[in-house]
Amino acid sequence: MVSEFAGFASLAPAYPELLLALGALVLLLMGVLAKKESAPWITGITIGLLIGVGVLIVAAPSEGVIFAGGYINDGFARFMKALVVAGSVFALILAVSNAEAHGLNKFEYPVLVVLATLGMFMMISANDLMNLYVGLELQSLALYVVAAFKRDSSKATEAGLKYFVLGALSSGMLLYGASLLYGFTGHTQLNEIAQAIALGDRNAGVIFGLVFVLAGLAFKISAVPFHMWTPDVYEGAPTPVTAFFASAPKVAAMALVIRVVFDAFEPIAQDWQQVVIFISIASMVLASFAAIGQKNLKRLLAYSSIGHVGFALVGLSAGSLVGVEGVAIYMAIYVAMTIGTFACILALRNEDGYVETIDDLAGLAQNRPFVAAMLAVFMFSLVGLPPLAGFFAKWQVFLAAVEAQLFILAVIGMLASAVSAFYYLRVVKVMYFDEPTQTFALPAIELRVVIALTGFLVITYYFTIGAPLSQWAHTAAGSLF
Amino acid sequence: MVLPYIFFYLFSAIVIASALMVIASRNPVHSVLFLILAFVNAAGIFMLAGAEFLALILIVVYVGAVAVLFLFVVMMLDVDFAEFRSGMLQYMPIGALIGIVLLLELLLVAGTAYLAPEGAGSGVLPIAGGIENTRALGQILYTRYIYLFQACGLVLLVAMIGAIVLTLRHKPGVKRQDIAKQVARGKSGLEIVKVESGKGL
Repeated sequence: MVSEFAGFASLAPAYPELLLALGALVLLLMGVLAKKESAPWITGITIGLLIGVGVLIVAAPSEGVIFAGGYINDGFARFMKALVVAGSVFALILAVSNAEAHGLNKFEYPVLVVLATLGMFMMISANDLMNLYVGLELQSLALYVVAAFKRDSSKATEAGLKYFVLGALSSGMLLYGASLLYGFTGHTQLNEIAQAIALGDRNAGVIFGLVFVLAGLAFKISAVPFHMWTPDVYEGAPTPVTAFFASAPKVAAMALVIRVVFDAFEPIAQDWQQVVIFISIASMVLASFAAIGQKNLKRLLAYSSIGHVGFALVGLSAGSLVGVEGVAIYMAIYVAMTIGTFACILALRNEDGYVETIDDLAGLAQNRPFVAAMLAVFMFSLVGLPPLAGFFAKWQVFLAAVEAQLFILAVIGMLASAVSAFYYLRVVKVMYFDEPTQTFALPAIELRVVIALTGFLVITYYFTIGAPLSQWAHTAAGSLF
Repeated sequence: MVLPYIFFYLFSAIVIASALMVIASRNPVHSVLFLILAFVNAAGIFMLAGAEFLALILIVVYVGAVAVLFLFVVMMLDVDFAEFRSGMLQYMPIGALIGIVLLLELLLVAGTAYLAPEGAGSGVLPIAGGIENTRALGQILYTRYIYLFQACGLVLLVAMIGAIVLTLRHKPGVKRQDIAKQVARGKSGLEIVKVESGKGL
């Protein structure tokens, strides 16, 4: 029973997690012991720590299954973790000069972001229903707190509370599904569940478990019909926090969905594909139509993110290597576009403070031509116009759907994409063709750098990162099959 | 070998009697005290069944924390229990229904153990013979599940940070005792006034 401790070398696949956990504890201590005004330099150290973890993941890969089969680090996990780290780093950078105005100027904010990132890593590397749940809770709890971080604002408090209550509900569904799966297969480890399903016939209990687990996870990626919380939380939370919500946690939850359906439910692909196709179509269609009436930019982007989850799930519906590769590429491009768009929104500031409604953008092109041009680029990319990155993201997932003979799904997706063009292009129209009513302040230097960097990647995707990213996504997806 | 039986019936009788008293006694403080008595005796039954870890946890968690919390709530809040009781007949049917469902479930559990005794010992991780269960739990918690154990610790840490971040407020203008500062204060800000008797300031 007593196992020998094989030394720290055996923990090598989990070094990123260990580094994050230790880093969070050290940062917390430093923040508590420092006299005051510790938030800026703690944010700086945190960004350094996260970049270090990112380098560790990319440059010093150590793959394997440890902790009695509960933890897995493979090519897919590394790809997704790199994306999550990128999302977290940029979300922290976006908060640097806006911390004061958004109530984020406390050292606990970067510490909570690190702990949330750790939870996302655990989700991505979960190979067991228990690890999956603990990782999910670690991430969610930290996110509930940062949603309500601006505690004197009633909107932020409402966002935090709503997120918490609905998140707890989704955790309940996930746990119920997990308990059914454990009861009917006798295992909690994902690959053992798959073996048990393959041996026994597929019974109603397993299908119930599958549906409940997917419902719980659909909550976390905010797919229809479990999307209700998204617009309110995105609108109420401080904008840098919304940028974080829209990028890193989505990637982690999407990775979790992919890992669960391919590792645990591989023998009953037909069954999970039905569910995924349904939520994919529902997300794409609902988001395209619901976003049309939105006046607030953050709500608009909330519906946009619901729609993009639907598009990414088109790739997953195919259930093939090309499909997973497509989802991986889609999430990478989605993170770049989202961070860029939120950087633009944070850059929109007049004398009264931050503007958030679409009408306020009137005449931005004359006032701040650079921000307006970049926001237009991101909007075109979100629509999916070539030669911008968003086009290649959609191309990949629809290609996978067509290869898997899912023609109806692909056609509905393209129609939804065409409808969504209306509300994205409306933003561009307001910026370029409406009369200016106000002047905007010059955005902070780091915002301009982030906008320029993500804008560069989105514009030149095909010529610069396109090929290496596809290559890497291909290897990552390959590790699941 | 008759001793365990004597103790089993002793503990069981006290558990049932004190559980009855929890709902029967008029004074809510007495109810909570009877609840504690029921917990302690239930722990005794666990001990007899060989689950000493569970027995001690029951005492530490339920008696030490939960019951004391109940006691605090009952004593701090002025709850009018007589009013609660007034609607008792109205809620009797649904209460009885829940009681019957619970009884049936307990009978099912006990019946399964009686009808298929071979199912009782087939846990996923059977305990190796000769190890007391505290040690067995420790061995599995700190080896196989060390990752989850530590992660749960981090979840609790996040909950703590969250509670502090969202509720702690530093009020400006609060004067706290700082002994070193007070001692080193010197005479600045102090004025010695001679007061004539009978006149005041």
